[in-house]
Amino acid sequence: MRTEIQTVSLRNRLGRQLQHGDLIFWIVALLFAVLVVVLLGAIIAVTWHGSSDARHAFGWHFLTTSAWNPVSGQFGALPAIYGTIVSSIIALLLAAPLGVMIAIFLNSLCPAKLRMPIGMMVELLAAIPSVVYGMWGIFVFIPFFRSYISTPLSKTVGSALPLFSGPVNVGRGLLVAGIILAIMILPTIAAISRDVLAVVPNSQREAMLALGATRWEVIRHAELPYARAGIVGGMMLGLGRALGETMAATMVIGNTPKIHASLFQPATTAASLIASQLPNANTELHSSALIYLALVLFLITLIANSIARALVWRVSRTGSGA
Amino acid sequence: MEQRFVGRRYRRRVLVNRLMLILTVLATIISLVPLVLIIVYVAEQGIGSLSIDFLTHTFRPISFGNASTGGGVLHAIVGTVIIVGFSLLLAAPIGIMAGIYLSEYPGNSASTAIRFCVDVLSAMPSIVGGVTAYVLIVQRVKSFSGFAGSIALVVLMVPIITRTTEEILRLVPQSSREAAIALGAPKWRTTLTIVLPMALSGIATGVLLAFARAAGETAPLLVTVLGNNNLTYDLFGPMQALPLLAYRYTEQPYQVLNQQAWGAAFLLVVIVLGINILVRIFTRTRSPR
Repeated sequence: MRTEIQTVSLRNRLGRQLQHGDLIFWIVALLFAVLVVVLLGAIIAVTWHGSSDARHAFGWHFLTTSAWNPVSGQFGALPAIYGTIVSSIIALLLAAPLGVMIAIFLNSLCPAKLRMPIGMMVELLAAIPSVVYGMWGIFVFIPFFRSYISTPLSKTVGSALPLFSGPVNVGRGLLVAGIILAIMILPTIAAISRDVLAVVPNSQREAMLALGATRWEVIRHAELPYARAGIVGGMMLGLGRALGETMAATMVIGNTPKIHASLFQPATTAASLIASQLPNANTELHSSALIYLALVLFLITLIANSIARALVWRVSRTGSGA
Repeated sequence: MEQRFVGRRYRRRVLVNRLMLILTVLATIISLVPLVLIIVYVAEQGIGSLSIDFLTHTFRPISFGNASTGGGVLHAIVGTVIIVGFSLLLAAPIGIMAGIYLSEYPGNSASTAIRFCVDVLSAMPSIVGGVTAYVLIVQRVKSFSGFAGSIALVVLMVPIITRTTEEILRLVPQSSREAAIALGAPKWRTTLTIVLPMALSGIATGVLLAFARAAGETAPLLVTVLGNNNLTYDLFGPMQALPLLAYRYTEQPYQVLNQQAWGAAFLLVVIVLGINILVRIFTRTRSPR
């Protein structure tokens, strides 16, 4: 009798302590969720540890020197960082106005019937694997670009402007990479701008319309200022995507770790340098330098994305982006 | 006089209005052009190289004699299924459970930290995951392997699955949870038997999207899986995958292999866009409910 009561009360106490299994469930869910943190921690720790050779050998000079010679063991990341940033900025300059225009079109001009299919098509651009963009760049876009744009440009304007100077060899180079990247980041910018424009309250539009504004004036003076921070955030997210994009850049940029003034000359990006050299790196220092480069790339994209998220978050939270 | 001034100004405003609206239409058309061009070109080139041989044979060495037949991509299809399938096995439980945690236990400091990590991971360049798997596995074992590729892809898939799971679970009405709790069910039972089944299709959507994303990813595989011309089921050796094969064959000087690269690219686009379109149609018809 007594022992029975004891076991029952023990069971109750155990049940209460485990909250009828809820404690176990909470612990299991938390463990899996913490795995995500562990994953991120492992990535940082592994790249940090793996790059220790290069960090000790070059330190901060890694970021400011431009010699990249695996044979003599000299590694400077400047050309890769330059190529990454310049190609991404070209992409952003091309994609940002287009993306915002698409968002405006879909949000306030598009007939309701077309809205879904066009929005979906733009979003599908983001789903196409990057290697397919790279192949299309090599087989279709570069031949077209070389014969109709870069060769004529370098022969005429190129002699005066070093930015467009020749010779245009195979046609792989910074500008081509920037254009392909622009196509790839367009959906990101369009989608976020569209979301942000959609939360502009109707009262703002109605106020403008009541003052006699045209449709464009409503967009220009009511919608865009309201959504500005969010749109800039979308652009930064697109920039982040362009900075880290590997395959398309690898295939069309030419993979030459040198800095040229001309946009038609082959260059390289951090991601494409890693992708093309890491599998063949045969000295410790070489692979360590590439891992260091990966760490630097991670930090650059992290900064771009943090700014982006802060901006998008501000609009969706407070509503006002001004 | 005054009337004319207003009229001219008004006409200018109307003109600007019309011009800018036309510009937005033009911008949309310009942006859709590459999509159409790419899909048409991939389909045109890809369908031409599809055949039974293409799907059922592996790489055949190219010599001057048999330059017209280049074998097939069976080894790459098998490799993609094994590598991505294995990483899905690892990523799905982590992502789903993390999503459950974030939606069912919101608002504490742990979930804020975890959500931050998910954001960072989802924005991380895929090559960084590849480099991590390279250092952690390839350098240690001194061998490229499909396993290392799977690990690199896990990093890519977890944030996608976590985020979609969290978002879908939040859509489950709070009243359903309260009803279960009012009947005396503990939280774990409520979550597993009431909330999860209601959100199952949405979670499946997230897993499918993650699969599509990982199947098309090349860069992390390039530094971990390397590539292999033979059919292999060994996850711990170099393997081949469809995007990897498309990349390698593109860089080859042989027309036959370039053609096969387009075939592989076509298969990839069909898989990836197919999943994306299906998911979109599926979620669209369900959401108004």
